[in-house]
Amino acid sequence: MAYRDSPFQALKAPLTWAAAVAGVVAGLIALGLALTDHRSATGPYGAVRGEFDEVMEPVTSALYAPVRWAASAADFAGGYFFAVSENRRLKAELDDMRRWRDAAVALKSENERFEALLKLRTEPPVPMVTGRAVSDVRGPFSDARLLDVGAAAGVKVGNPVMSENGVVGRIVGVARSASRVLLLTDVESRTPVLINRNNARAILTGDGGANPRLEFVRGQNAVQDGDVVLTSGDGGLYPRGLPVGVAARDFRGVWRVRLYSDRGAIDFVRVLLFDDFSQAVDTAALAASSLPPLTAAEQADLNAQRAAAEKPPPPPAVEAPLAPKGAGFVSSAPPPRPMVPITAPSARAPDPAPKKAQPSDPTLAPPPPAANALGSPQP
Amino acid sequence: MSRPGAALDPAQWLALPALAAIVGAICLAVPVRVGGLRLPEPVFPMALAFSWAVIRPSVLGPFFLLALGLFLDLFWGGRLGVWGLSLLAAYGLTLSGRSLMAGQGLAVMGAWYIAACVLGLGFVFLFATIVAHQQPNLMAVVWQLVWTVGLFPAVVYLTNRFEDADVRFR
Repeated sequence: MAYRDSPFQALKAPLTWAAAVAGVVAGLIALGLALTDHRSATGPYGAVRGEFDEVMEPVTSALYAPVRWAASAADFAGGYFFAVSENRRLKAELDDMRRWRDAAVALKSENERFEALLKLRTEPPVPMVTGRAVSDVRGPFSDARLLDVGAAAGVKVGNPVMSENGVVGRIVGVARSASRVLLLTDVESRTPVLINRNNARAILTGDGGANPRLEFVRGQNAVQDGDVVLTSGDGGLYPRGLPVGVAARDFRGVWRVRLYSDRGAIDFVRVLLFDDFSQAVDTAALAASSLPPLTAAEQADLNAQRAAAEKPPPPPAVEAPLAPKGAGFVSSAPPPRPMVPITAPSARAPDPAPKKAQPSDPTLAPPPPAANALGSPQP
Repeated sequence: MSRPGAALDPAQWLALPALAAIVGAICLAVPVRVGGLRLPEPVFPMALAFSWAVIRPSVLGPFFLLALGLFLDLFWGGRLGVWGLSLLAAYGLTLSGRSLMAGQGLAVMGAWYIAACVLGLGFVFLFATIVAHQQPNLMAVVWQLVWTVGLFPAVVYLTNRFEDADVRFR
């Protein structure tokens, strides 16, 4: 019997259906993952991501090594053959830098005087660690880098990352010896920025392309072609004033930013070990009361309120009418007293003739002491 | 070509191509620029999603695609499951049109491959737009589509390599 005539021919349709069912099952698993995950180390699969990055870091680093060696060899050859022209260029650059150095010294001195006069509280210097990008993930849907420094070097989720040219992005995942940077160009990246010329605020929004958009720009005509864009520090994600790029309008009239970090390949980067405000502030000190002391009149008013609160509430003048027969369950409790907002003494405006508290008047009397969960009044 | 009549070894037509796709994705993620341009970033497993559905229906194929999708999600730093869904959508489309492709030339198969790529990338585009409240850059999507469609020679190779390997699926 020929193989085609065998009963195995009948397997074709069931196998197609089986493949379809397998596809549906796999699709449901993928859908469940997609709906429960989000792209951060704090997500439900953050540990899995961390372990994956930990494994991939040496692999991609090893693949990148020949490229690095080739680049070093090309640099060496270029330096050897073009040493004279490079020497001239560097001398010209040095002359230019000397002028900038003199200007910077004068400005620094002036700035220190102003800070001393104004008693300005400046931001402390931010420590940083240097790492190397070992993989380059591109594409319209994700733009990220894997770095060879991680939690062992003090890197934390949220730390800003800079190349020698400007801001690159910020850390979204950390393993022991690797970390993942979400670039400014990623479709889920949002960065608060300012226009250096006029301090106008905007949100830098990545879209998977090379030049992220400037959105939510405040003010009319706040942006001009060539404006320098810096981080604003709003929200505490980034320190203020890190260089981001230059504003430019695209062919549709949308403002975009030509990133400084796009001037060269992102290789060595600095991770700023920057804690945002919510991490740096002493929450206990912030929560401590710092109200000013009470005046004599306010203290007397408070004492009168406390004395009134210690007295038992007067019985109601009129008894609650009985419900007609057949009306069902009727509570025997007195009708509730109207609630009156109690203003803190220190927050009130000074009253030249403070009104005496009237304990008999339920609308002016302070509420009885709060009862705890067991029903006994709190001291 | 495999010996006619012999059952297909999953290691040959599923595992090895999957491994090659993973290696390809890792190799093209090296942070290097050539002439100021970055390396292309095609979706290698998309070629497998199409080829595996053309070669033969299989229970293992969708789960291999799910695993490849999870790898892409982790390696590219995306949301888990999204690329798996994309690959499975392309696989489903190809599987449903498999009988229509039988006996047709390369041009028809190429058209189906482009349709599968558009469906797969379109799904990720839609998902990213919903999640990020931001439309990904269309030019970047088109470039990734172009590079992925450029894997068609690999699709043809895989299909020719394995489609006649099991006479039940001729």
